[in-house]
Amino acid sequence: MKKLIIGIVLVNLLAACASEPKKEPVAAAPAASTSAPAAKAEAPKVAPAAPVKTAADPLNDPTSILANRSVYYPFDVAVVQDEDKPVVQAHAKYLSEHANRKVRLEGNCDERGSNEYNLGLGQRRADGVNKMLELGGASADQLESVSYGEEKPRASGHDEASWSQNRRTDLNYAK
Amino acid sequence: MMLRVLQGMAGLLLLMQASMASAVLTIEIIGAGEHQIPVSIVPFGGDEKIAQTINAVVTGDLQRSGLFRLVDPTGKSPHVPAEVSYPDWEVRGAEALAIGTVVTQGGRVEARFRLLDVVKQTELIAQAVSASENQIRAIGHRIADLIYEKLTGDKGVFSTRIAYVNRQGKKFSLIVADSDGHNEQAVLTQNEPIMSPAWSPDGGQLAYVSFETGHAVVYVQSLYTNQRRVLADFRGSNSAPAWSPDGKQMALVLTRDGSSQIYLSRPDGSDIRRITFSGAIDTEPHFSPDGQYLLFTSDRGGSPQIYRMPVKGGPTERLTFGEGTNFSPRHSPDGKSFVFAHLLNGRFHIAMQDFQTGQISLLTEGGWEKKPSFAPNGKLILFASEARDRGILATVSSDGRVKQHMFTQSGDAREPVWGPYP
Repeated sequence: MKKLIIGIVLVNLLAACASEPKKEPVAAAPAASTSAPAAKAEAPKVAPAAPVKTAADPLNDPTSILANRSVYYPFDVAVVQDEDKPVVQAHAKYLSEHANRKVRLEGNCDERGSNEYNLGLGQRRADGVNKMLELGGASADQLESVSYGEEKPRASGHDEASWSQNRRTDLNYAK
Repeated sequence: MMLRVLQGMAGLLLLMQASMASAVLTIEIIGAGEHQIPVSIVPFGGDEKIAQTINAVVTGDLQRSGLFRLVDPTGKSPHVPAEVSYPDWEVRGAEALAIGTVVTQGGRVEARFRLLDVVKQTELIAQAVSASENQIRAIGHRIADLIYEKLTGDKGVFSTRIAYVNRQGKKFSLIVADSDGHNEQAVLTQNEPIMSPAWSPDGGQLAYVSFETGHAVVYVQSLYTNQRRVLADFRGSNSAPAWSPDGKQMALVLTRDGSSQIYLSRPDGSDIRRITFSGAIDTEPHFSPDGQYLLFTSDRGGSPQIYRMPVKGGPTERLTFGEGTNFSPRHSPDGKSFVFAHLLNGRFHIAMQDFQTGQISLLTEGGWEKKPSFAPNGKLILFASEARDRGILATVSSDGRVKQHMFTQSGDAREPVWGPYP
């Protein structure tokens, strides 16, 4: 599982690096072309404002490192792991450049602990990401950290395959 | 006195009747007590349907305690002492015999009941127990309590209630039910998690944690009026409410100043002050019966273990050592021991430790067994378990000999906690 996560992160990093230099021209082009077939008649009214905004927002780019919205942990650990640090740092940079965006950090745990202990552990996980985002340039008023403990598992099995998915902090951007 | 208690219960039950759900379906009993008292419960005379309900409740209660062997009364049905022929019951091996009649009048039911000592041929109890006709089960529980108390010397807990959370898909309900799982009432139902219900010492209020606003907030809700108030809603997580035995203080866990730490407050949420300063996770506080100490879970030593500290401040003491991690401590009602969830090699056990000797005993074989709490007489421990891929409620006697599984009708039962004496 861990290897897989590292794999995903690496792929995303590569993708992000690869697309970085030509991001602006590439992003601008599809925005124009998608608006064309969709609603030709209304294009003059709607197109100028909306597409420009989405094109400029790397948060909506599925190939960006920012597409990663979860960081994962070993059992009973709340420190962001080295392989997830680039993701958190990229979000910190993004938040520092987009002061109007807010993100909720939602800590989760596997079921091996009491609900209350896990609520504390999930909060510690979320707070750890929160701190790293602040250090990376995000401001405190953009961030809120909460914990769901073991109450909202993504996977429900009593095995490591489920547990590894449940030990995570989600970065949940406000719409 | 008893009348007053019953009247109080009547008000409570009437209020909750609107949301009455149907009852627990199955109860499985595993094991038996070392010495079982043979007792025969003769179905009472009078209204047959009411008598049958009372009989089912009394026999069910006594059986589940593991301390009684029920002697079949078939063929004999005395209802008053004059109709009792003691040799009939000696032959069947019964040491005690319960008889009686039910009388209904003006919406109330009165059970006039007697407990007889078969060996000494004497009357042990003669008492009338009454309630309104929609609380016939309460009459049965009360009679079972009287029998239990007379024959074992310990106070019965059959008239007490339990609280737990039932999860069904995305729906969470906070449930209050009788000690046998019947008479379920939903106190709160919503699509966000609910956890950690805690009874006020008088049984009139429940504190709990709800995620309905997007993060963990502690509420206190009256079971009489259903009205509730926010106890703590600071940034981060607010959780793990616990009542002091006198009901004047609450302990709770907040992350407003960093990691999970224990705070005290008044039950109205005022006068909040922090009492642990570890920087670790300190959680699940539970007051000792004398109100002087708090047990709690902390990972300050590197892994989650059980600690104890004086409520007024002073040295904190680590209580659990050795292999595995430990959670959710609760004092026994006599204050001599505590139960907790013990996680070892991926399995949760319900464990008990004696304060004086430090001796640990595992009360269950292990599995997904969490969140133990004592019955107010200290003889049974209620906990969350799992069977047939569902979260269920389970009890184990404090000597580990008798276990029972309670299956709710649907969904996963979790976070159970035993309420106080009515």
